[in-house]
Amino acid sequence: MSATTSTPPRVTTGHVSPRLIMATTGRVLRQLRHDHRTIAMMLVLPSVLLGLLYLLWQDLPTPPGQLSLFDRVGLTMLGIFPFMVMFLVTSIAMLRERTSGTLERLLTTPMARLDLLLGYGIAFGLAAALQAVVTVTIATTVYDLEVTGSVWLVVLIAVVDAVLGVALGLLASAFARSEFQAVQFMPVVVLPQFFLCGLLVPREQMAGWLQAISDVLPLTYAVEALQEVGRSTEATGTMWVDVAIVAGAALIALALAAATLRRRTS
Amino acid sequence: MDAVTVTDLVVDRGRRRVLPGLSFAVPAGQVTGLLGPSGSGKTTLMRALVGVQQVRSGTVTVLGEPAGSPALRSRVGYVTQAPSVYEDLTVRENARYFAALYGKGSREADDAVADVGLADAAGQLVGNLSGGQRGRASLACALVGGPEVLVLDEPTVGLDPVLRVELWARFHALADAGTTLVVSSHVMDEAGRCDRLLLLRDGELIADSTPAQLRADGRSEDLEEAFLNVVRAREEVAA
Repeated sequence: MSATTSTPPRVTTGHVSPRLIMATTGRVLRQLRHDHRTIAMMLVLPSVLLGLLYLLWQDLPTPPGQLSLFDRVGLTMLGIFPFMVMFLVTSIAMLRERTSGTLERLLTTPMARLDLLLGYGIAFGLAAALQAVVTVTIATTVYDLEVTGSVWLVVLIAVVDAVLGVALGLLASAFARSEFQAVQFMPVVVLPQFFLCGLLVPREQMAGWLQAISDVLPLTYAVEALQEVGRSTEATGTMWVDVAIVAGAALIALALAAATLRRRTS
Repeated sequence: MDAVTVTDLVVDRGRRRVLPGLSFAVPAGQVTGLLGPSGSGKTTLMRALVGVQQVRSGTVTVLGEPAGSPALRSRVGYVTQAPSVYEDLTVRENARYFAALYGKGSREADDAVADVGLADAAGQLVGNLSGGQRGRASLACALVGGPEVLVLDEPTVGLDPVLRVELWARFHALADAGTTLVVSSHVMDEAGRCDRLLLLRDGELIADSTPAQLRADGRSEDLEEAFLNVVRAREEVAA
């Protein structure tokens, strides 16, 4: 019998524990590993969609001295895909934790709420890194996407975007009672950010109030960071500020998500 | 020595008062059965014991600490009525994850899986198991922490009689080793297997007794019959 009372009680506090975070990261990745189709879709789908854009704009003439439409939009999509995919995957995963009773159970264990959320963030951040490496490789080799700066910066920005998606997904799951509701948060959270990020209409040409909204949406900064990498050979100060803003927004969303995880419920 | 003390516990869910003011104690190192029909407040009470239930008033003390306090989280195990394990992980992976949360290793995890009779199914995804097996996988994930107090919500539902007897033997072995168990059930034939009984009906404690005492009070060898007699006697007093 493994269960005895001779085990000395371990005093636990509400502090974050790297050991518990890594245990959770490992668990989430193991869950993913059992789901082959999800892995395949996560890794391949962005490349396929990007290929569709490539073919769509292939024969369109580009005015001299300008970036081709594919170079401009394709690069931006490298940041938008991981944000979108990870938002969706995380909000469903967290909703399952809530509805299956595993969340309630986890909250009775020594685990702190942030351990759980950071575990998710790291797990899906790693998945996003793999996704970004695959997509960036295909985009720059098969589709001849031109990136003036380092492709590793593109991967970094994609991962930070993914972590933002994870954090917002964790937060959104608190407001969904069913999976039907959870998937519908995707357009609510993602599309306005996509419309206003400066890709469809340059931000300078937007109405003032729209630009003001665009200013407070984190995806705007992710897109600007990617545009900086697309233009400059070296990492610019603007790009680092943008990355910091996106990361900061992710941390705020994680903190808010932690606040929605109530240990005691009615 | 009491492992759990509940004093004047009042719990509301929505506008409904589920527990109108319970007081009782659970002795350490014994199997205490929490019996009552579905909807009598058993699950709400168990959630209060592990500190995930919002309570209106009253106190719940477990091992000398307020229920749900951080220091208790590695000392109290909870198994919900619906199996709360990850369906897309194997039994072993589930047990190892919960082992890690309690600071235990993979050896303890494998032992816990074997203890609930799932050693042969350890490599299977929980989603592919039968309902009874899932329940046992869920139980393994609580045993793995080696808790001093184990709160089990209807752990034997849907199990075949042989397994049920085995599990009850397991519960008593744990109690003999010093673990305090609180086990809920809605079937009275399990009442006889408990050291102590708490009978709950509409959130009220009908009896805080032992099987032998209940048989005497209810003037019947059959616990179900005895329970009914006690309920009727109370109703006559109230009327």
